[in-house]
Amino acid sequence: MIATRPADTADALEGGFTEAPIQSARAFREILEAMARPGTIRRVQGARPPEPLSVAAGVALLVLTDPTTRLHLAGRADCAEVRDWVAFHIGAPLTRAEEADFAVGTWEALHPVSRFRIGQPDYPDRSATLIVEVDRLVNHGPALTGPGIETATWLNLPETAAFRANRALFPLGFDTLFTAGDRIAGLPRSTRVEAI
Amino acid sequence: MTEHIEAGAYTFAYLDEQTKRMIRRAILKGIAVPGYQVPFASREMPMPYGWGTGGVQVTAACLVPEDRLKVIDQGADDTTNAVSIRRFFQRTAGVATTEATTEATVIQTRHRIPETPLKAGQILVYQVPIPEPLRFLEPRETETRKMHELEEYGLMHVKLYEDIARHGQIATSYAYPVKVEGRYVMDPSPIPRFDNPKLSGNPAIQLFGAGREQRIYALPPWTEVVSLDFDDHPFQTSKAPHDCDLCGAQDSYLDEVITDDQGGRMFVCSDTDFCEGRRAKGHAGRLGGDQKSSKTFANSFEGIWPGTEGAR
Amino acid sequence: MYVAVKGGERAIDNAHQWLAEERRGDPAVPELTIPQIREQMALAVNRVMAEGSLYDPDLAALAIKQARGDLIEAVFLIRAYRTTLPRLAGSRPVDTGAMAVDRRISATFKDLPGGQVLGPTFDYTHRLLDFALMAEGEAPVARELPPEAPAARVPHVTSFLNRDGLIETATPSDATPPDLTREPMELPADRALRLQALTRGDEGFVLSLAYSTQRGYGRTHAFVGELRIGTVAVEVEIPELGFAVEIGEIELTECETVNQFKGSRTEPPQFTRGYGLVMGQSERKAIAMSLVDRSLRWQELGEDFTGAPAQDEEFVLMHCDNIQATGFLEHIKLPHYVDFQAELELVRRLRAEAAAMREAAE
Repeated sequence: MIATRPADTADALEGGFTEAPIQSARAFREILEAMARPGTIRRVQGARPPEPLSVAAGVALLVLTDPTTRLHLAGRADCAEVRDWVAFHIGAPLTRAEEADFAVGTWEALHPVSRFRIGQPDYPDRSATLIVEVDRLVNHGPALTGPGIETATWLNLPETAAFRANRALFPLGFDTLFTAGDRIAGLPRSTRVEAI
Repeated sequence: MTEHIEAGAYTFAYLDEQTKRMIRRAILKGIAVPGYQVPFASREMPMPYGWGTGGVQVTAACLVPEDRLKVIDQGADDTTNAVSIRRFFQRTAGVATTEATTEATVIQTRHRIPETPLKAGQILVYQVPIPEPLRFLEPRETETRKMHELEEYGLMHVKLYEDIARHGQIATSYAYPVKVEGRYVMDPSPIPRFDNPKLSGNPAIQLFGAGREQRIYALPPWTEVVSLDFDDHPFQTSKAPHDCDLCGAQDSYLDEVITDDQGGRMFVCSDTDFCEGRRAKGHAGRLGGDQKSSKTFANSFEGIWPGTEGAR
Repeated sequence: MYVAVKGGERAIDNAHQWLAEERRGDPAVPELTIPQIREQMALAVNRVMAEGSLYDPDLAALAIKQARGDLIEAVFLIRAYRTTLPRLAGSRPVDTGAMAVDRRISATFKDLPGGQVLGPTFDYTHRLLDFALMAEGEAPVARELPPEAPAARVPHVTSFLNRDGLIETATPSDATPPDLTREPMELPADRALRLQALTRGDEGFVLSLAYSTQRGYGRTHAFVGELRIGTVAVEVEIPELGFAVEIGEIELTECETVNQFKGSRTEPPQFTRGYGLVMGQSERKAIAMSLVDRSLRWQELGEDFTGAPAQDEEFVLMHCDNIQATGFLEHIKLPHYVDFQAELELVRRLRAEAAAMREAAE
């Protein structure tokens, strides 16, 4: 499923940032650009998480999660190797989907996404960020418009209905990062997704 | 217990990793809900609250070693607080700095948006004193939070309308409130309303940090930002009705400089980089013939300081 | 005419040099040492530790020296340093009942188990300048008291009242209190968060608020049930060992007030509580804190909000921090050329338009 990966990622002690302040800074800038310009595909590096996590999902977890964020591992991502890696490098408490600040897994494993926190009317920021593992990321597919997009862009979303439903909740809603190999793209709740 | 951080032993960009992660999460939520103020656990920085601690924390969370940082205060690179903040990042992040808007990748600003249009790949970080646009109408956070939740912005319109009743026009000249993507009313920080149009449809990422008030908010690129107004009293920008006396620019925001005690004054670009750039290209204003630089006025300590040779 | 390219940078460097010289003062006078400040300016050191939220007398003394005696500036130095320290562990709650007391007084009972211990207090000094201190002399020695077996535990006055049901029960909780240095302030705040804000709040601000309650702005009829100063052990749980170890001791001032009773036909009347706990010997602050704590509890105790500042949680919590306050207050001396110019231009235009209208009318 994930194309490029070194073979030696099984050990939980391996695969974190070797120079965290610098690597996390560079990776965050890519994630910021990805989220601020929905649909643009960026590359990140520095993490070597265990199967089945992609490099980009591993990077996103290292950059954004820590002992103060509740993490949900969905489907195949919820395996001993990933749990150990998270415990060693991140320390995020694992939780069920409904309580998660971050969740990682394939789109199918994360479903139904209506389970995830969408924030409160007075605190819309208290919502989940989904890290959705996909096979590939290309700028084909449903059209995206909204903040961060000059006119329109396109991204191969796994579906449109869930994202349209999420947009209808604005300013509530979850936010999404798509990861494939070392590539990452963002889809904040503010993005309008074309119906297909 | 009493071990001190050695000079030069700071982590990259001063803040510890957990703090940066917390700020980065807040920035991303701010990006996802443009104009909404995200609470964040602002840290005590080694500079006073009210002097840019929010902007400094946002900048610290965004910087990469490859960045070229520009810091301006009142549009100028050479004002003392801009110098102080630039030095802080030179020391703690080792990043290159620049005064050229076009060369900068991250620009931290207080009270201005540069005249030179920004572009994709740039981040503009605003220092914000009071992030809540409704604060002066309703001092209670518990109340204003409800107003944002319910999109209850009538109070703001009443205030602007009272201006019109009293003065014949909206009498808010800076920190002019805006509505973001038709949802949140936002304080653009105390920029002059001259700068408000630059907020909207800007290709750069705009981030706002309020340290003491513990809030971060954001405008992604190309976000629609509308200055509040009325059909019969549309929003208008304003500036001093002069050209820059140094570079002759007709369309830049001006600082007024008092030149004598007989009512003499001159007007110069507040954006020193913009003014210098124009003068380098041969543009000249009314007094542009002499060698005076707009930077002379950016910081006038030079004139009154006794000099290093005899401090006392 | 020259171009002042780096005027700002040079001005800052020069100002810092001048500041260092001013701090030192007359070089003919011996320089203060950190131990001198720590030992002889102990109450200033205590205040800096309390408001700086960092128990380290040496660093507080250094901060006072560096700040030229400006205590708020010293608190600021400590706070900025404190933020950079890693969190290694959280301590267990300290047990003030096991405090080794230097001072312990009750204003509600003439005598009580554990006794009244006056301790080193200014209370009954006559405030006459002691010119003998101007001359350097022998160190004064306190009269040795006949050794008394120290009480292992000094019970709290409120526990006597509680036994008879005369005071509200303060139910212990194992909930992790919020940490206002790590989480943004969220309102309404619970009592733990309020106490946290008050204990590091500005002594002058908390004092004035407490005073205002005594004068009727949110009156709480406070009696000092007990005020105690002394040292307590700080213990940290070591998960690997399965038990707690003592990592040191700190000096604390604790004040418990017994306040206005509440009750009804169905609920017999009971006194209520106010609480103050401050690092170091900070008696005025601890008493003031307990009065303000009690005033802020109006809602929980079913009292009316009278509009008194000391009852207003948002007002108190958002304004008690002197580092926030001084930063924002002093920032108005930074350049505001741009916004002032915007106002100036607007006022000029409004005046011109008004003048034109007047002319047209004439």
